[in-house]
Amino acid sequence: MSSGYAIELRHITKTFGSQVIANKDVTLSVRKGEILALLGENGSGKTTLMNMIAGIYYPDCGEIIIDEDAIEIRNPRDAFAHGIGMVHQHFKLVDVFTALENIALITDKDEKYDLKSIRKRAQAICEEYAFDLDLDQKVYEMSVSQKQTLEIVKVLIRNVNRLILDEPTAALTPQETEKLFSVMRRRRENGKSIIIITHKLHEVLAISDRVAILRKGEYIDTVDTATATESSLTDMMVGEKVTLDIARDEPVNPTKRLSIHNLSITNPEGIRVLNDVSFDAYGGEILGIAGISGNGQKELLEAIAGLQITEQGASIEYFPAEPEGHTEQLIGKTPREIRNLGVHLSFVPEDRLGMGLVGAMGMTDNMMLKSYNKGATPLADRRSPRQLAEEIKSELKIVTPSVSTPVSRLSGGNVQKVLVGREIAAAPSVLMTAYAVRGLDINTSYTIYNLLCEQKRKGVAIVYVGEDLDVLIDLCDRILVLCGGHCNGIVDARHTTKEEIGLLMTKLKEGAENE
Amino acid sequence: MSNHANHAVHEPFVRVVKRDRIRFSGKVVIRLVAILLALLVDALFILCVTGLNPISVYTTMFDGTFGTMRRFVTSLRDWAPLLLIGIALAPAFMMRFWNIGAEGQVLMGAMGTALVMVYGAPVMSTPVLFICMFVSAVVLGALWGLIPAAFKAKFGTNETLFTLMMNYVAIKIVSSFYNKWRGTASALGKLNKATEAGWFPKMNILGVNASYGITVIVTVIMVFLMYAYLKYTKQGYEIAVVGESVNTARYAGINVGKVIVRTMLISGALCGFTGFLVVAGSDQTISATTAGGNGFTAIIVAWLAKFNTFYMVLISFLLTFLDKGATQIASSYANLNDYAADIIKGIILFFILGSEFFIHYNLVFRGKKKEG
Repeated sequence: MSSGYAIELRHITKTFGSQVIANKDVTLSVRKGEILALLGENGSGKTTLMNMIAGIYYPDCGEIIIDEDAIEIRNPRDAFAHGIGMVHQHFKLVDVFTALENIALITDKDEKYDLKSIRKRAQAICEEYAFDLDLDQKVYEMSVSQKQTLEIVKVLIRNVNRLILDEPTAALTPQETEKLFSVMRRRRENGKSIIIITHKLHEVLAISDRVAILRKGEYIDTVDTATATESSLTDMMVGEKVTLDIARDEPVNPTKRLSIHNLSITNPEGIRVLNDVSFDAYGGEILGIAGISGNGQKELLEAIAGLQITEQGASIEYFPAEPEGHTEQLIGKTPREIRNLGVHLSFVPEDRLGMGLVGAMGMTDNMMLKSYNKGATPLADRRSPRQLAEEIKSELKIVTPSVSTPVSRLSGGNVQKVLVGREIAAAPSVLMTAYAVRGLDINTSYTIYNLLCEQKRKGVAIVYVGEDLDVLIDLCDRILVLCGGHCNGIVDARHTTKEEIGLLMTKLKEGAENE
Repeated sequence: MSNHANHAVHEPFVRVVKRDRIRFSGKVVIRLVAILLALLVDALFILCVTGLNPISVYTTMFDGTFGTMRRFVTSLRDWAPLLLIGIALAPAFMMRFWNIGAEGQVLMGAMGTALVMVYGAPVMSTPVLFICMFVSAVVLGALWGLIPAAFKAKFGTNETLFTLMMNYVAIKIVSSFYNKWRGTASALGKLNKATEAGWFPKMNILGVNASYGITVIVTVIMVFLMYAYLKYTKQGYEIAVVGESVNTARYAGINVGKVIVRTMLISGALCGFTGFLVVAGSDQTISATTAGGNGFTAIIVAWLAKFNTFYMVLISFLLTFLDKGATQIASSYANLNDYAADIIKGIILFFILGSEFFIHYNLVFRGKKKEG
């Protein structure tokens, strides 16, 4: 324990193929007993760098130094041997195994597969940190927060004292985040080191001791958190001055666009995920939807898009923007039937590559996803989609080698820009977005917010499902709060507080529950 | 943790790195090296096990396809159905619908053709007979594709098991008719032997008089048609979207069930059409082995070609070449039987398939780590 550093990285470079330089000559260090935040825009190489420490990738050149020795980390087992463990952004769990079986998966190769002793050790860890984890629960039955807890236990059981967390709070509620932070602080008090990757600047400021910044794969600087502000960090991350403002106008002449009554949905597992929800959405207004994830947001948007089977008695009425149009009932119609009615409904779903886009196809082919069927010829027209792809690429500054590069190879922010760009280009009268900025860096996030505000000015009715309450309050005009599939209240975003929304998210109003 | 830091850990001996792209020439070199290596290993095998001169064995193998013009044309007869079934499988596989029932679909097509040949020939004029044979083959093949597709679209059944089982049903149907028509004879023999009704007319291919000229021509036309269908039509686009993600397809407003059924109708119909070509063009008879395992071999053809029909031309030809070569050496050398010939063929296939790995991945050996 001679040097004060837990991990030092020296001149690390990693390339993928000949084109992509993920990390270029990165030198940075983590002290013992500190929480280091690693900050950078999407695609700046944070995760790649951490994956090299965790043994997922192997650096092209450079050294990783622990306790003054240059070490080789060839696989996660080597990393564990050096006390390094990583909790990945996308959980690495076997869905059909129980929590305990998942923990047992990563025992040492010399170690016996002894569930009893592993259970004992896991229980000890759960007690120490007051984790609420049922070791016999199957992973597919767990909430996001429980899965995360399991991932952490899985790593801690290997006596890890250098912990890496890759966007651990992306899908957590404020309460769950606070709980995770208290665990992190406890570990810091015990002299352990933690590296955390997160895009949420207020979290960086709240939890970390120092902040290391990467930009386009290169190391920029490490600063003390105490001297940093949100805007100073953003400027370093982006490399230029950025203004973090949402230009929210008062709604101009809002007209009723969607009227939803008594919407209930029971999912295939027989659970009532949406319960008698009624509300109106207006053109020229952003209606926010708040709620802990999994409280019916997904089903609500999919029902409007024609992708869910609703229960009897529900009604989704569409009032066209044009005075000569007819009011249409959307219940019971498929997405194509809705489109054929002339209803311009754009939808940015939560699962971008699994629902909104085709990962293996390029931008061009993704542009035509909803419009390929136009025209009478059996041949698909690719010329206009290609033009549109080029336009969107230059307008939203999408980083891609070409419009025919599979979109799954783009970084998360660029994938989202492709999706949002297409949906806005369809000239919608209703635009629904689910977690539009999840996993996106701050610069891209504000690009998206301002795109939405622009659409609002054009008279589009926007439904914005979000998780960051600060943003919901700054961006939206009204906020509908879902709790357990119930509409637990609609508040005026200009006159509400985070606390009021937080309460509505967690506590069902009296009388709303009628089972 | 200091005890860990001291134990010697070396840079891994070899690392596998995904290539982002490879030049065309690189691909050619890798494949050529693979073939050379295969020939070397085969040479060792031939020398050690049989004591024969590998070069002369290879020459004989080459002669299997290219020895005489007749052999070459006969190879075309075997090559065309294999390729055509590969083409038939392409849309299904692109949709990620694992149709391993091509064997049965071809057999049902053959069955449909034979039924019309046996019962229709006495009462039909030649053009009507051919049209009826064609329609009957295509309809039965399509039906064999439709049944598993409809169940998948309606109830979400597993198409792999379903299509596989349909093969056995088809085999039994063909066997029972075979036995019925054979009567007390030891084998069925050619259908309509006296009248040659329902036989394709012989035509001159490269100086060889053969009845399967139509088969070869139609197959070549289908290479272009299927390529265009998958690449340039709206239906081809739908197939690609459904194959990549059913959820995205639903989101885009594509009727997934309809696409599954339509695509399998096409796939099955083309297989049935192959059965028609085989019976009317080359076999003029039917048995449970009419498809001859091509329905399964074609899976390799379709997969290796990544559903590109032009690559399928090459791959199916390679497979035919190896097959012909193996038969040729087995019949030319006393101490090289069928099994040894199959081993030689297998080794070559192994290396060629294995070379795909090196086209997609690069190996980085220890000591190549650049110093920063």
